[in-house]
Amino acid sequence: MLKKDKHIECILFFCAFLSIIFLFGIAASLFKEGLPIFKVVSPIKFILGKSWHPTHEPPEFGILPLILASFLVTLGAMLIAVPLGVGSAIYTAELSHPRIKETIKPMIELLAGIPSVIYGFFGMVVVAPLVQKLFNIPVGLTAFTASCLLGIMALPTIISIAEDAITSVPKEIKEASYALGATKWETITKVVIPAAKSGILTAIILGLGRAIGETMTVLMVAGGAAVIPHSFLQPVRPMTATIAAEMGEAPAGSPHYHALFAISAVLFLITVGLNILANYIKEKGYEKI
Amino acid sequence: MKMWGTKIMYAAIIVALIAAQMVTSEMAFAGRRTLVLTGSTTVLPIAQLCAEKFMDQHPDVNISVRGGGSGVGIAALIDGTCDIAMASRPMKTKELKSARGKGINPLATVIAKDGIAIIVHPSNPLSEITLAQLKDIYTGKISNWKDVGGKPGKIVVISRDVASGTFEVFKKIVLKGAKTRADALMLASNKAVATTVEKTPGAIGYVGLGYISSKVKALAVDGVEPTKETVVSGKYKLARPLYLYTDGKPTGLAKEFIDFVLSPEGQEIVDKIGFVPVKPTSE
Repeated sequence: MLKKDKHIECILFFCAFLSIIFLFGIAASLFKEGLPIFKVVSPIKFILGKSWHPTHEPPEFGILPLILASFLVTLGAMLIAVPLGVGSAIYTAELSHPRIKETIKPMIELLAGIPSVIYGFFGMVVVAPLVQKLFNIPVGLTAFTASCLLGIMALPTIISIAEDAITSVPKEIKEASYALGATKWETITKVVIPAAKSGILTAIILGLGRAIGETMTVLMVAGGAAVIPHSFLQPVRPMTATIAAEMGEAPAGSPHYHALFAISAVLFLITVGLNILANYIKEKGYEKI
Repeated sequence: MKMWGTKIMYAAIIVALIAAQMVTSEMAFAGRRTLVLTGSTTVLPIAQLCAEKFMDQHPDVNISVRGGGSGVGIAALIDGTCDIAMASRPMKTKELKSARGKGINPLATVIAKDGIAIIVHPSNPLSEITLAQLKDIYTGKISNWKDVGGKPGKIVVISRDVASGTFEVFKKIVLKGAKTRADALMLASNKAVATTVEKTPGAIGYVGLGYISSKVKALAVDGVEPTKETVVSGKYKLARPLYLYTDGKPTGLAKEFIDFVLSPEGQEIVDKIGFVPVKPTSE
């Protein structure tokens, strides 16, 4: 190997190594700051407790309402984003005229570039009053409102990854399908989608990760009531919103502070789990092909 | 194995570069006097505007103002990473204890007062409410407007996040330590509360005086209208002081700055952005 190559390799190695250091640094500090909460409440009471009153005397640290709220809002977002996202991906990859595709793609990428605080503001001022009138409910800041916005926010992730997966289905497979006399629709539903299945699933899981970790928007539109959710049309308080809203005022080193870090650690574990699942599905897909 | 030597060398170079960067940026300010304020987002606009005016008058001074919340500011004062902590609530006993443990002796200067107004939708026929009724609404005893003399309908209870300074004061004066009902909406800012009340016919919420507008209706509490005059006179009960905390009596630049905030010029800024001055203004 040439000497120059070696130096470049070293620099690149350092870049890659740096992100690993960051990841472990973040994980370590989350757990270091989060674990002390278990001196105050037991892990079971923390995860399954139904009441979140961190500044009350005595404080209560039950995060079940927050976990359920995060899952509910994310589920709603996926119900909206998956059909829309996968549908758009199929259309742009397989059906659309190249010129239409050239217009749609940058638009979708633009959607990814809008800051989340703008989504939140739009949700608060436009979507929430609409939801309130549409369902004739007392207040428009609900899990459903948050789901709508998160669904739109997860779209770019889902569309671009699913589209890559569909485009990378080998041409030969499609041509073989046509050669057997299948129609375009039959080819898409019975050949292309099954072949791109693992890629589409990866897209969905990454979109899911995007939705569950989103903070600013849910802080602004989910309503923030820390109750166990019973329906989509009620205010809820997801984990991310709780951390963002309360971290600034929690005295450093207090149980409240440690509880917020413990929530972050729970969220971190959920996201890591989702990413591992996405990788596993992707690899399994490659094995098949 | 030889590769590792080169790798370590590169790591060392990068670390050295970062360190050099930090040292030079420190040096850029060496000739100027600096003051760091951290804390409450309620106090932030006052401090920010005062700092800008103060720096115009003293070109050799560099003041940096950061938000983060009262808790963050007080923690920064205890850790010695700021000169003045901005706070919208008094320090808690726990915080005082940890400060004393580190040899810090926090001293509060009241620079302004802020009234907390109870707001409802403009279509709400109600025009006043009592502290006792408020407590019942926020703790969950009352859930219908007809129980406080209004038009029958569900009350949408809007509160601030349990960690905000505004909530602390509301909890102390109205709830008297009781728990907020679990189904209350907890919103992250004064602006969010005002916007939501503005768009929700059944809503009740509380915001700083500066956030009262024609789009919401402020209720009289125990017969007293929330105005600057009633807050100053002490008649309006839902009010709180805003503080600047220093380690011991303010000295040097910190003293100069706090004196400026309390000067007629500084108090005029306080008045202009919707808070209540504690000293005479220049007008």
